[in-house]
Amino acid sequence: MSVITKVKQKQIEQLIEKGTRLDGRGPLEYRELKIEQGLIERAEGSARVLLGKTEVVVGIKIEMGEPFPDTPNEGVMTVNAELVPFASPSYEPGPPDENSIELARIVDRGIRESKMIDTEKLVIEPGKKVFIVFVDVYVLNYDGNLIDASALAAVSALVNTKMSKYEVEEGEVKIKSGYEQLPLRKHPITVTCAKIGNKLVVDPWVEEEQVMDARISFAIDEDDNICAIQKGGSGYFEPAQVFEAANIAKEKAKELRKKLNW
Amino acid sequence: MNEKPEKLIDKKGLRLDGRKPDELRPIKMEVGVISNANGSAYIEWGKNKIVAAVYGPREVHPKHLALQDRSVVKCRYHMASFSVQERKSPAPSRREIELSKVIRESLQPAIFTEYYPRTMIDVFIEVLQADGGTRCAGITAAALALADSGIPMRDLVVSCAAGKIENTIVLDLFDTEDKAGSADVPVALMPNLNAVTLLQMDGILTHEEFEKAVNMALEGCKTVYALQKEALKTRYLNVKGEVETETKEEEEAEE
Repeated sequence: MSVITKVKQKQIEQLIEKGTRLDGRGPLEYRELKIEQGLIERAEGSARVLLGKTEVVVGIKIEMGEPFPDTPNEGVMTVNAELVPFASPSYEPGPPDENSIELARIVDRGIRESKMIDTEKLVIEPGKKVFIVFVDVYVLNYDGNLIDASALAAVSALVNTKMSKYEVEEGEVKIKSGYEQLPLRKHPITVTCAKIGNKLVVDPWVEEEQVMDARISFAIDEDDNICAIQKGGSGYFEPAQVFEAANIAKEKAKELRKKLNW
Repeated sequence: MNEKPEKLIDKKGLRLDGRKPDELRPIKMEVGVISNANGSAYIEWGKNKIVAAVYGPREVHPKHLALQDRSVVKCRYHMASFSVQERKSPAPSRREIELSKVIRESLQPAIFTEYYPRTMIDVFIEVLQADGGTRCAGITAAALALADSGIPMRDLVVSCAAGKIENTIVLDLFDTEDKAGSADVPVALMPNLNAVTLLQMDGILTHEEFEKAVNMALEGCKTVYALQKEALKTRYLNVKGEVETETKEEEEAEE
């Protein structure tokens, strides 16, 4: 932590103690959220999320391939995240680092564990041929809370996804005209709380992320179930704070869900 | 081998390996097992067999990673190729990279990193055999290795998981339960500070089930913590014994 952030840390902590934040938000207030779907015509599905100044684009590509040997009757979903080098002065080109891998795996778990995609409907020939859904997250501008923005963008893109109709003729897959919706069951929403000082705030932006002790993210489905959790950062939470964060996440997910057209 | 069992809990409420829902697997720990390392520990947690070792504080490599006000903590969680049923490629997987990160973050709050500016502390965890719950066993062993290395710590870190199998919240899932069950919640705790330093979950739980699982995992942590302290004591009683015998021998030689 640089000297400047140490000075800022005090200011941010004092403000949060008073119930407000450096950018004027309340502790449990999200930044402005904008979602645009279908912006990439070449992709089977896509979405762009703006959460304050954080910007994430997710594109979905669908290809045919082999299922995993232990799940012969299910299609495959994989998530990858790219922290594009221009998204932040601290990002550099190169193979995915632990931050982008963690981001991809948190988004993956939210989608996978909520059973969002009906993967059993993606089987062409059991054990041999299935559809593979590639969820690729591109972070274009980093201004904090990549987890919630990326998860929202990924789910929005999946909602937007259309796949070509097909039929199987003598073991050959033939693409027919027309499209159908990717079979979906659930729509998880991920809510991240940051611990700053000893208080919890939602949707931390970049300056808050630089000074936070730790963060905790919950993926919540439409029945209020928790489907995935990840604690991050080199600080800790008291057990009571974990439960407090879980309740905040439940309420915020409900609130966000009302604004979305899923 | 990989066939899914029909029932994970029998009529008497016992699990596949005969445990009660809130029962841990047998756990054995030994401190000071790698003579080259500054600190080390070996843990057997059910069928999990894991070695953790610590090097440092030592010179930072590469140099530009050095921090002016504290030590850099690095962690590598790695599974041996033969640790699982199907041979695992020895190259670090995405899972291992993520786990290395969350394990490091679970240990960091316990270390007085500010005592060693411009240095690096390396924590290595090698899973020799895996049977579910390796990150928890790995953290528990790594905390012992850190303590063994003599690096000042605020508290030990101890870890344990709870989860859900067939509508029952159970403690410490082994591999079959983890794969066939519906949720797994690993938790790491600094027991004296009552601080949760790792919390992950995958699966589906209601809020009530989640609270129950976390509380059960925290209780599990406390049980493991007692074993952890015992392992450290044993190590230092042995060291004390060795030193005393040496001095005795020296005195006898002088006479």
